[in-house]
Amino acid sequence: MSGHPAPSAAIPFPRLRPWLLAVPVLLLVAYLVLMDNGAVSQAGTFLHELMHDGRHLLGVPCH
Amino acid sequence: MVRTLLVRGLLTGLLAGLVAGGFAFLFGEPHVDSAIALEEAAASGHRHDAGHGHDEPGTDAGHGHGEEAVVSRPVQKAGLFLATGLYGLAVGGVFALVFAGLRGRVGPRSDGRLALAAAGAAFTAVVLVPFLKYPANPPAVGDPETINDRTLLYVVIVLVGLAAAAIAVATARRAASADPWVRWSSAAGGFLVPVIAAWVLLPGVDEVPDGFPATLLWEFRIASIGTQLVFWAAFGVLFGWACDRAAARSAAPAGRVAPASSS
Repeated sequence: MSGHPAPSAAIPFPRLRPWLLAVPVLLLVAYLVLMDNGAVSQAGTFLHELMHDGRHLLGVPCH
Repeated sequence: MVRTLLVRGLLTGLLAGLVAGGFAFLFGEPHVDSAIALEEAAASGHRHDAGHGHDEPGTDAGHGHGEEAVVSRPVQKAGLFLATGLYGLAVGGVFALVFAGLRGRVGPRSDGRLALAAAGAAFTAVVLVPFLKYPANPPAVGDPETINDRTLLYVVIVLVGLAAAAIAVATARRAASADPWVRWSSAAGGFLVPVIAAWVLLPGVDEVPDGFPATLLWEFRIASIGTQLVFWAAFGVLFGWACDRAAARSAAPAGRVAPASSS
C-alpha cells in the first residue's frame, strides 16, 4: 500500500468548464466508431464495415 | 489538474479498449464467424426469401461479409481492435471529465476508489441497462430495415441509464446526513425507478430469424457483455491505479520515497 492518498479536493467548476469543449469531439469519435453509416463521415459504409466486428461485440445495434 | 486527468482518461481508455479488443478477438470472433457462415448459407439458399437477414451482398440495405464486401474479414478483425481502442479513447476521455467534476464532491474520498466506483456505475448505466433491454446481436440477427429505429431506441436507453445514474448520485448526495441504509436504498430507488419504467415502456425488438441456433446467440451475447465488462474493469483499475500512484508520489515528502516509484 502506498500509505494514505490525500483526500481529493473538488476542482472548481470554472476551471473545469473550458475542458468540456473536448466532450463533443470525443462523442463524435464514439459516434463514428459505433453508429456512422456515411451520414457524417461521407465515407459510405466504409467505417461501418471497418468497425463491423467491434460494433457487434460492443453491443451496438448493427444492420 | 483537469488536463492531467483528461490525458490519463484518454490513455487508460485506449489501453483498456485494446485489452477488451483482445478478449473480443479470442472469445467473440469465433461466434461472429459462425453467424456470418449461417448468414451466407441462408443468402445462397433462399435468394427470394423475403424474411430476415441481408441476402443481397453489395446493396445498400444489406451488406455482404463475403468476397464482395467493402472490407474483407481479416481487415474487419483488425478493425475490431481499432473500434475498441477508439471507443476506449472516447469513453475514457468523457469519463475523466465527469470524474474531474465528481472528485471531492461525491463518492469515496480517495481517487482510486472513486475511479472504481464510477467505472462500475458507468458499466451499469451505459452497458448493463441497455443490454438487458436490447441485447447485442451477432450478424444475421436483426432486420436491416429497422436499423434506424433500433439505433434510436438504443440511444434512448443509454440516455435513460445515464440519467438514472445522475439521479442516484444526486439522491445519495441530498441524503448525505441520513442513515446509510436510507441513503443507499433511496439512491438505488432513484436509479431503478426510471430504468424499470424504460424497460417496461420502450418497445421490444424481436428479430431473431427462425432456426437461428439459440446456443450461438447466447454465447455471442455472453462474449459481447464480457467484452464490455473487461473494458470497464480494466479501465477502472488502470485509471484508479494511475490516480493513486500520482497521489502517493505527490504526497511523499522529499526524505521518504514511496515504495512504488523507484526512478
